This record gives sequence, C-alpha cells and structure tokens, in this order.
Amino acid sequence: MTQRTMNMTTSDLTDMNKVGGAQGDSTSFRGLETRSVHAWFGKHHALAGVSLRFPERTVTGLIGPSGCGKSTFIRLLNRMHEFIPSAAMAGSVLLNGSDIYDPSEDPAMIRLKVGMVFQKPNPFPAMTIRENVLAGIKLAHLKRDNHDDIVEQCLTRAGLWKEVKDRLDASGGSLSGGQQQRLCIARSLAVEPQVLLMDEPCSALDPGSTLRIEETIKELAEKITVIIVTHNMQQASRVSDYCAFFLTDGGPGYLVEADSTRKIFTNPSDPRTADYVQGKFG
Amino acid sequence: MTTVETPTPREMTVIYSRADRIFRGIVTAGALTSLLLLGLIASFLIFRSAGTFREFGLNFITGTEWFSDGFREVGDESRPDNSVFSIGPMIVGSLVVATIAMLFAIPLSIGGALYIEFYAPRSIYRVLVAMLDLAAAIPSLIFGLWGIEIFTSFGVRWATLLNDRLGFIPIFSVEFENFGRSPFVAGCVLASLVVPITTSVAREVYSRTPRDLIDTCYALGGSKWGAIRSVVMPYGRSGVIAGAMLGLGRALGETVAIYLMLNLVFKYSYQVLDSTGGNVASMIALKFGEATDKEISALIASGLVLFVITLIVNMIASNIVQRTTPRA
Repeated sequence: MTQRTMNMTTSDLTDMNKVGGAQGDSTSFRGLETRSVHAWFGKHHALAGVSLRFPERTVTGLIGPSGCGKSTFIRLLNRMHEFIPSAAMAGSVLLNGSDIYDPSEDPAMIRLKVGMVFQKPNPFPAMTIRENVLAGIKLAHLKRDNHDDIVEQCLTRAGLWKEVKDRLDASGGSLSGGQQQRLCIARSLAVEPQVLLMDEPCSALDPGSTLRIEETIKELAEKITVIIVTHNMQQASRVSDYCAFFLTDGGPGYLVEADSTRKIFTNPSDPRTADYVQGKFG
Repeated sequence: MTTVETPTPREMTVIYSRADRIFRGIVTAGALTSLLLLGLIASFLIFRSAGTFREFGLNFITGTEWFSDGFREVGDESRPDNSVFSIGPMIVGSLVVATIAMLFAIPLSIGGALYIEFYAPRSIYRVLVAMLDLAAAIPSLIFGLWGIEIFTSFGVRWATLLNDRLGFIPIFSVEFENFGRSPFVAGCVLASLVVPITTSVAREVYSRTPRDLIDTCYALGGSKWGAIRSVVMPYGRSGVIAGAMLGLGRALGETVAIYLMLNLVFKYSYQVLDSTGGNVASMIALKFGEATDKEISALIASGLVLFVITLIVNMIASNIVQRTTPRA
C-alpha cells in the first residue's frame, strides 16, 4: 500500500519526458530507461518508484545526499544489484526498448552492454596495463584479433595512451591514482558498451586527475551514454547534460526531479533541489 | 647579498608513554623468548648429535644402513662397537611421502576453499567453516588409525589401478603387488591430514579478495569462474602458497600416522607403490624406546637433519611468497 502511494507521488514529481525529450512511443526510445524501479535489501526498502530516461550519447549526473539510493539505482542498471544477498527489485529497466530483467536475458551479456567504473581505481593487480585493457575481452570470451588496436584505441579514448604507450607491460598498479582510474575506464571501453555507469569515479582523486576524467567523460559521450553518480556539484554541472536529484526522508530513496543540468542548477522546480545544489544541506 | 647557511638537521627525540614502554617490554620479551628457545633447541641438537656426525660424517645422510650393536655390554671394551647409523632412505622417504601428500592436498584445498567461499549455499557456509577448523584439530593418530582401518582398502584399489595402467613408468612399478603399506597410500592419508589446514588458510585468503575487483569482472561481462580465475586466484596465490608450506611442514614432520601406515625399510626406493618406505620422524619414534646411548645420539642427529630440512623448506616458501605477492 505504502509502495503504491510513493509510486504515485514520484511519478507526479517526475516528468519523464522532460529528460531526453523523446515523446510518444516508448518502445522506440533509444537509450536506457527505467520504469518505476524499486529496490530492496531484505526487508529494507532502499529505492522507490524511479522512472528516468537516459537518451543515447548524453551524460546524466545522479546527485543527492548519501544514502538516497543513487548507487543502488546505478547497480540496478547493469544487474549488479542482484549480487547482494537478499537484494530484490521491481519495475523494469529497458535498454533500447527491451527489458534487461527479462528471464531470457543473460545478465553477463547485459553487463557487456552496460559497463561500470567503480569509485576506487581498481586495476587488476596481477596484470600489466595491456592485460588490464584486454581483461574484459578475455573474461567475456569475445573473439577479437586486433588486440593491439583495441589497446591503443581504448587507452586513447580514456586519455591515457600518451602517458603509457611506452610501458604497456608495466603493472597497472604502478600508475598514479588518476591514471589507474583512466585505465579502468579504458578497460570498460574494450568490450564496447553502449552505456557506461560511473559510481563516483573521481571521489578518490586529486583535482587535476578529476579534470582529466571529466574531459574523458565528455569525449566518451560522443559515442556512448554515460551515467555518473557524483557528490561534487561542480562536477555535475561541468560534465552532465541532464541531472537527476535523489532524496530520502528516512524511508526509501526517491527521485525528486530530473531535468537538463542548466535547469537543475539555475531554476529547479522543487525547492529542495535548489537547497541541495546550493549546498544548504547534504 | 647574504649567503644562506645550510642548517644541520635537528635531532629528533621520542618520548614513549608508560603504556608504550610496558607493551614494548612485553612484546620484546616474547620475541626474544621464542628466538632463545629456537636457539636452545638448535644447540641441543647440534651438541648431542656432534658425536654421530664426527663418526659417520656425510655418510650419515647418504648411507642406507641402521645397525645398533646393542648386544655389547656397557663398558665391555673387548670388542669394538660395530653400530652403523645412516638415514638416507628415511630422508628420501620423508620427501617422497610429503610430495605425494601435497600433490593431492593442494588441488583439493584450492577446490574446497573456492567451493566454500564462492559456491556453497550461505546456509551451510558457517557449518563448513566450523567443520574445517575442527578437522584441522583432529590428532594425527586418528588419521593414522582411519588410514589403516578404512582408507587402505580404497587406497589399494587406486594403487592397483595406477600400477595396471601406468606400471611402465618406473615410479609406478612394483616388486611385489602388495600395495597396502606403500608410500602412495600413506601419502593419501597424509594428504587428508594436511587438507584441513591448507583449505582453511586458502579460504581465508580467498575471502579477502576485494569485492570491488570481483564486481569489476562481472561488470565486464565475466562469469563467476572468470572472476575466480583472473582475480581471486592470482590475488590469493601467495597466501595459498604460504598455507601449502604450513601443510608441507606438517607432512614432513608427521610421525604417528606414518608410523602406523608404513614399513620402515632402510633401502632407497622411488617406487611409490611398493611397500617400502618410512620417514625420519616416524623412524625416530620407532627406535627411541630401545636405543643405546650411541643410537640416541644418532636419533638426535636425525632430528637435526629434519630440523634443517624444514628450515630450508620454510626459507624457500617465504622466498616464493615474497616473489609472487602482487604489487597493487
């Protein structure tokens, strides 16, 4: 009962069509879309009724205070949520119109299409830079024979190629924190995802490295959809085309509003969004 | 313009609090005591075995004869003491049986640890971990008895099969088809004794793989096996080797189980299915009760040899661990 009420509230709050601007027939929508998504951990209702659209080749920032379900939400988008014991979900997540939670879908194939970069830079410790980039191809048993090209291409797109091209056989751990994170981005790109999820990718990095990653994100958006969780308001305003603001009132997290980044930062519809982006709470 | 003088670095002084000083004293004492004990044991072994090494020299390690001239009366100088002591086959036996044990134990332990940590249902996880720790605490005597009473019949079947199919390979050939008390069967029992320890260590190490790295494998479209192969196993390699060395230490020094399982024969034998064998530790246990003074010195010398072998194995182990630790 409570669930349903919340569902209605959030759909009132969220005008799905504002984000991305795709009107009408939803099955023809290109990109990632969630429809009243809920998440639970055991009995704990963590996220309620989130409906959002992430159009192709855009960057969307997910903002909101800690514990409002942003990370839970992002892990729902590539079926990483279900790795947590007792985790459950409701609603649907559509990638180019087809439900990624459909029983016929292989979660591993979904994760190939929807990649993820984590908070802490985490190159595989026992592998070289080159092996790190190619790790996904090996893990997913993809048939590729132009490995050298893939390494160069992915490292270039991640903005790391010039710095490491002469030491591809060095350990991934020998790089600086910012370089490691760009290596992780290159590693995600090697399996050619359509969507890249980034969970606070810069929170462990210095400002210089953060800027490099932000440039990388903007360049990535020329080809793929990027969804980034961030606590850094400047980052959200610099890097994203759209922003979605999440909040919790002690219960499950929900979506307050989603709109173009400019609107969220200059003239949001909800006063709580204004307070948050101006740093009044959170 | 004035020249800037390079200052001499200032001296740093440290003031330890009372609690710090006391704790420092306790841990230092603890460390020194264990070092002292090790030194005392080593010097006792060296001192008591000196006579044996003086008399038999290198032959003590390479020779194949153990004869105690026990019938000579004490103080009877009318005929010389014809005792000959050497433990070559026992050293080889120790290594052979321990190697067989580790060949079985390492894959079993890795498999078991991976199962418990990544595949076992959560509901039985705790039970399995508790059982494993319990198994590690079972006295080796029990394993030895189980080995004789129960396992031998299975072991003999495996040994027969090995001999049938692979008998053309020298190590699997036999002189007599009596597989029951062979190093192979004893090695299997020894493996069952080692498995709980190595599995326990391996499981612990695997469980510390950063969740982040495993998640990354999944996020790249990898399977569970992919994550285990490319992250969990490389990450845990050095720890698993350390655990295996712990198990190897136990296998090399095992006394009672081998004492029950093997016929001690002072003959070099590489035929692991043949019913000859023995190891240093069980030989010492077997001979000690009725030993003459001179024989006791030889037995202590055997102990010293075992001590040195274990020390070398441990040094090699820590070296391997250091070299295989991934630098993240």
